[in-house]
Amino acid sequence: MKKSNMAIGLSEEQGMLLDTAREFCRDRSAIPAVRALLQSESGFDAQVWQEIAELGWLGVAVSEAHGGSGLGMGSAIPIVECMGKRLLSTPYITTLLVAEALQRAQSHALCERHLPAIVGGQIATLALLESEDWGEETIELTASDAGGDLQLAGSKTQVAYAAQAELFLVSATYQNEARLLLVPASALGEGAVRRQTNIDETRRSSRVDFTGATVSSDHLLSGDAAAIIRDLRLLGALLYAAEAAGSTAACMDLTVDYLKTRKQFGHLIGSYQSLKHPMVEVLCDMDNARSFVYHAATLVSEASLDEDAESACRMAKAQASEALKFAADRAVQFHGGMGFTYECDAQLYIRRAQWSQQAFGDAYHHRKRLASLLLD
Amino acid sequence: MSDHAPSASELADFRAEVSGWLEEHNPADPGFLLPQTFMEVGSDQQLDFLREWQHKLWSAGYLGVHWPEQYGGRGMHPAFQNEINRELRRHRTPITFNVIGLGWAGPLILDIGTEEDKAKYIKGILSAEDIWCQGFSEPDHGSDLGNAQTRAVRDGDDYIVNGSKIWTTMGNYAKYMILLARTDPTTKRKYDGLSFFLSPMHGTGIDTRPIQKITGEYGFTETFFTDARIPASCLIGGEGNGWRVAMQTLQYERGAAAGAAGGQVQVRVSIADLIDEVRSVKRDGAPLLEDPVVRDRLVQLIMDEKALGLADKRSTLGDLNSDYPMSLLLSYKLRVSEYQRRMRQYGLEIQGGLGGLYVGDEDTIAGGFWQRAYFNNFATTIGGGTSQIQCNIIGEQVLGLPKS
Ligand SMILES: Cc1cc2nc3c(=O)[nH]c(=O)nc-3n(C[C@H](O)[C@H](O)[C@H](O)COP(=O)(O)OP(=O)(O)OC[C@H]3O[C@@H](n4cnc5c(N)ncnc54)[C@H](O)[C@@H]3O)c2cc1C
Ligand SMILES: Cc1cc2nc3c(=O)[nH]c(=O)nc-3n(C[C@H](O)[C@H](O)[C@H](O)COP(=O)(O)OP(=O)(O)OC[C@H]3O[C@@H](n4cnc5c(N)ncnc54)[C@H](O)[C@@H]3O)c2cc1C
Repeated sequence: MKKSNMAIGLSEEQGMLLDTAREFCRDRSAIPAVRALLQSESGFDAQVWQEIAELGWLGVAVSEAHGGSGLGMGSAIPIVECMGKRLLSTPYITTLLVAEALQRAQSHALCERHLPAIVGGQIATLALLESEDWGEETIELTASDAGGDLQLAGSKTQVAYAAQAELFLVSATYQNEARLLLVPASALGEGAVRRQTNIDETRRSSRVDFTGATVSSDHLLSGDAAAIIRDLRLLGALLYAAEAAGSTAACMDLTVDYLKTRKQFGHLIGSYQSLKHPMVEVLCDMDNARSFVYHAATLVSEASLDEDAESACRMAKAQASEALKFAADRAVQFHGGMGFTYECDAQLYIRRAQWSQQAFGDAYHHRKRLASLLLD
Repeated sequence: MSDHAPSASELADFRAEVSGWLEEHNPADPGFLLPQTFMEVGSDQQLDFLREWQHKLWSAGYLGVHWPEQYGGRGMHPAFQNEINRELRRHRTPITFNVIGLGWAGPLILDIGTEEDKAKYIKGILSAEDIWCQGFSEPDHGSDLGNAQTRAVRDGDDYIVNGSKIWTTMGNYAKYMILLARTDPTTKRKYDGLSFFLSPMHGTGIDTRPIQKITGEYGFTETFFTDARIPASCLIGGEGNGWRVAMQTLQYERGAAAGAAGGQVQVRVSIADLIDEVRSVKRDGAPLLEDPVVRDRLVQLIMDEKALGLADKRSTLGDLNSDYPMSLLLSYKLRVSEYQRRMRQYGLEIQGGLGGLYVGDEDTIAGGFWQRAYFNNFATTIGGGTSQIQCNIIGEQVLGLPKS
């Protein structure tokens, strides 16, 4: 076995972002605010989104030339973790990933045209997935030449915040190769976006039919699309892992609070070891998830994702998915009858856990790829 | 102890020197299984080997270098001992087995012992001439240590001790014991009646009975005190302060700066060793490591091990520990010992038929190393506060849950 990379750190900037984000997310996303958005159309508060843009958080990983602060993807991690802790859902993750793709592709014209707007709060979203299978490499959606333009055929699923997005980054097969291209919302046909019902009601996603959408050929990203897609999937996995680590901590706190106040048989139920000991397991799982997340955050700040960074992202996602799943499952159980209700906040976490574990590949998906990296 | 912190280049030079010495003197495989921890020393053969090794390491000037010169140390900065510890780990040397002396009794004596204590005990601890053991647990009071009932009654210049201690690691080899005994059975709080002694192990009324372990080996004893007279000067920390002193000794374990003499406390067993070892094992007619279920499980274990290392480093990053400040520190023992248990157990599980053989059979993988390592690991999930007790402590102190 190859020697393990054990880098983990927190830069001064990351530390400051952590402090700011902690406070911002706590103020803007108290549970009543989260609940108020569950049934709303967009699923997020436009005002809060604007504030996020004003804080410069959409540009943390965007170069200074394009209006960002150029701190690297690792600096988004503390922000996303805090968002996870307060269940603050917005198009933040998906928009970050689009900006990252543009930069990785080094498509200068596209960067000039779109990055400043994105940094300013324009919603952009990724359209990669075509089925339930995060392990699928083949891209069914096609782009073909049509009188100097490109015409698309095919659809994507679980496109985050598609109904609000102004810009889609779509993976397509073009001339028998994987490519990425930008599609403005205005290019979509009537009824192309069909909202899906998400198990986690703080999320929004849609099936998007790109068939018939036409864009000029300068919307194609340059660079090795297959490599960029791979990096996006790893970074997406890491961002969701960071968010899940935050949600795990919040879910744990919720349960612990209940165990400190609920009495049965004359004792606080937190004194019973059949509840206490699993909570310690939740704590340790959460701690491990956090360690992997910040380890990965340290490594992805480098320009391209090497094998160590890949391992770290996959470990973070595998660990955080399992941690949140377990924490949320126990949260419901330990709330007894209350836990079975929609009113109890445990439902927010158990629903989130199911969504999050699938986003950018579940734990087994990542462990399977880790096995090839580590055992062969 | 020198207060002046050495420069990076001084440390690097020193480390190179230690490394060079180890290249030459790290003992060759003796042809019998060596203990991974001091709790596994089970035969005279192992004891003689380890005693010689520790003596050699100390003679070379590489043990307790930060302890005072007049007692056998070198009066250097603790950072030097840390460098040595790292090199010992890297070279995977045998353990420095006199752990109760090096990590518990020694630092305690240097901290609060009298001049006579220091002169009498410290050098023998370092040189491995005097082996130490720990007499805390009793047959009826293990986890509930604060309730220990072994009695010590003051009689002139002596204490008369009655009772029995159990699971005394190396009790049959030790010359001295750190002993927790009740000097006052009438106190309101059970802890306040305890006192801490540096007791001799040889003398009238002190007997040991060896106990055979799950591994089939010996290595710990029951220790009986029957009207045993020990000098009153054996008391350390004052009468009634035994519990506080016992708690204090736990601090020293946290590295050289905290007081421990250092050395190689345990040989680490890693998932990487296991993976290397089972490459030749077959399952369903194909190499074991091609089996997807096995691969998934191994990756989980690799992650568990890596998480321990990362947590160690993360615990020094203040901003990443502000939410649950004591979490990583207090859960360390639980996480390490339980991970090792799972990993070693799996090390047997994946051996196919070979996992059914035991130490002594020539067909075993690595001489039955994993079989023994798995069994022995219970020393760490039971000793030093069981995993269940650790869960109580973490649940109560980190999460603030009510007492059980
Ligand atoms: C879907 C559903 C339908 C139901 N229908 C009915 C119905 O028709 N009629 C009816 O009367 N009731 C009904 N119930 C109520 C059900 O019987 C109770 O929810 C159950 O007995 C638990 O009590 P509790 O909710 O007060 O939880 P609590 O007793 O408060 O338990 C909270 C947590 O503490 C744990 N706990 C409590 N005491 C101990 C202990 N001593 N040791 C260890 N752990 C402990 C529990 O396991 C649980 O995890 C229903 C519940 C559900 C979920
Ligand atoms: C290899 C080995 C070497 C040792 N060496 C020494 C030594 O050198 N000197 C020395 O003094 N001692 C030594 N010990 C003893 C060790 O410290 C005790 O075994 C340990 O403290 C547990 O005590 P016990 O054996 O009496 O188990 P018990 O305390 O009787 O525990 C039995 C079971 O009950 C559980 N339990 C107990 N209380 C609680 C509770 N409140 N909540 C939940 N679960 C509980 C425990 O977790 C355990 O699973 C050694 C032990 C081993 C295994």
